[in-house]
Amino acid sequence: MSVEVDEGRRRLLATATAITGVIGVGFAATPFLSSWQPSARAKALGAPIEIDISKLEVGAMLKVEWRGKPVWVLRRTPEMLKQVQNATPLLLDPNSDASVQPDYAKNEDRSAKPEYFVVLGVCTHLGCSPMSKFAAGDVTVSADWPGGFYCPCHGSKFDLAGRVFKGVPAPSNLVVPPYSFLSDGRILVGSDGSKAA
Amino acid sequence: MGNQNYETTSGGGLWGWINARFPLDKMLKEHVTEYYAPKNINAWYLFGSLSLFVLVIQLVTGIFLTMNYKPSSAEAFASVEYIMRDVQWGWLIRYLHSTGASAFFIVVYLHMFRGLLYGSYRSPRELIWIFGMLIYLALMAEAFMGYLLPWGNMSYWGAQVIVSLFGTIPVIGDSLAEWIKGDYFISDITLNRFFALHVAAIPLLLVFLVVAHILALHEVGSGNPDGVEIKKYKDAKGVPLDGMKFHPYCTVEDILAVAVFLLLFCGVVFFAPTFGGLFLESPNFEIANPMQTPPHIAPVWYFTPFYAMLRAVPSFAGTQIWGVLVMFGAIAVLFFLPWLDKSPVKSIRYKPALSKVMLALFAVSFVVLAYCGMKPPSGIFPLLARIFTVVYFVFFLGMPWWSRMGSFKTVPDRVTNNAH
Repeated sequence: MSVEVDEGRRRLLATATAITGVIGVGFAATPFLSSWQPSARAKALGAPIEIDISKLEVGAMLKVEWRGKPVWVLRRTPEMLKQVQNATPLLLDPNSDASVQPDYAKNEDRSAKPEYFVVLGVCTHLGCSPMSKFAAGDVTVSADWPGGFYCPCHGSKFDLAGRVFKGVPAPSNLVVPPYSFLSDGRILVGSDGSKAA
Repeated sequence: MGNQNYETTSGGGLWGWINARFPLDKMLKEHVTEYYAPKNINAWYLFGSLSLFVLVIQLVTGIFLTMNYKPSSAEAFASVEYIMRDVQWGWLIRYLHSTGASAFFIVVYLHMFRGLLYGSYRSPRELIWIFGMLIYLALMAEAFMGYLLPWGNMSYWGAQVIVSLFGTIPVIGDSLAEWIKGDYFISDITLNRFFALHVAAIPLLLVFLVVAHILALHEVGSGNPDGVEIKKYKDAKGVPLDGMKFHPYCTVEDILAVAVFLLLFCGVVFFAPTFGGLFLESPNFEIANPMQTPPHIAPVWYFTPFYAMLRAVPSFAGTQIWGVLVMFGAIAVLFFLPWLDKSPVKSIRYKPALSKVMLALFAVSFVVLAYCGMKPPSGIFPLLARIFTVVYFVFFLGMPWWSRMGSFKTVPDRVTNNAH
């Protein structure tokens, strides 16, 4: 048996084996990491939903669960739309430039039809569901309150178009999901024909 | 040479037979009967073994809870009620576990404060501190995931808030949060995986880290309130002159500590298991409702200092990641403690007034932040939280400077101890 040891060859083989091993571990880890992605069932349950708004009264709000989140459909009164205009100077992102919404909801009242306000009732801070504080001047929020939504978790405030106030933890307006009117009394949330969420 | 020789050296009988095949005697000597702890350690040094004791309580009660708990969103809440009402002694096992979670953090916080008092993290014990911090992280993950399992409304929204923290990370945030949840929201899927992590993965990791923590401690030896090394002076046999055998001297003290601890612990378990809403929060007696956030969300008390910091930072530049960074930074900075402390002495006993004031300020900021984190974010609390978040960070980030300032007392050569 020869005592000559080719150190270079050993190093090369050891390095190559180690690299191959690491790649192997990466491949082996993939199924486990991917198993944490939403399953086929979770995806199917998260498909777009139809909401019947034909019986929704003026000034009332409907809460529907979609993907475990509350979808709000608020049928705004003309006064409420006025309250939205009054709130504008107090807002962080009044034109919704840094917020998430479909193009047809990137306007002052953040809706395709001003009367119907469709939004995800999930605070853009850390995902709590804000409370309805529609009445202007509601002292439980503040004396100059123009009416809107108040998040009980960390005190974020939104107007009646889901636009965020200045100086609160939430960084952007409430998210408007893609939606479309199937008929006068029915909307589809989660899809507007152009793209699915 | 065969086994015969080993058996002669390690004694006869079953004991010898085992020791010829497994280093039982050697390990017992190294870690128990011939491990030398400094003679001058005081009551602050009891919280390490108490933490171990609480870990055992949590493991045992946890295993028994698993036997009746159902990790599904449809059954979880009812199965906890079933444990509380129908399982023989189920209420006791659950209250031991829920009180144990809070007790764990109490003893661990006191254990960590001991480290701050006496500079236990200083060289050569940096790695003990790092392992300890990893234990603390694992403990927080364990507590957070365990809190989702009863599937109460506070469980649900607490998890919602914490998982959303990951969603604030730019670019990858949303898909990361979705990956953690395994769904578009905290659902049955999330509950099921948190259960797996809470009862199998993290406990395994915790036990491994505790072993590493203790092995590292026994390698360099325990610190003491004088901050001197007892290994400096040894007798002819190599035994530290200022050391005492862990067993029986420390074990007796630890048993007394366990007795006192159990007195307080059982008092809470039997007479105040919810501890006025601090240990078990009242919204959690209602089943999880994704459509309805509880009117006031607060995590369990042991997370509230960090939660207060999270809330104290307003969002700017269109993201609220800053609060998240400050919160995680408050924990991350602890890892660097051994290198931030530039004091020429380890123990508070020989430090100047400035160091004592800074440590007191830190303790106050931690308590005030904990209180702010429990309160709604209105009135004086957001301001208090902001002030004390700054104090918290000044303590750590200013440490390389303030820790050297002032005049230090002379550290004795050997420990100061009056035998009693």
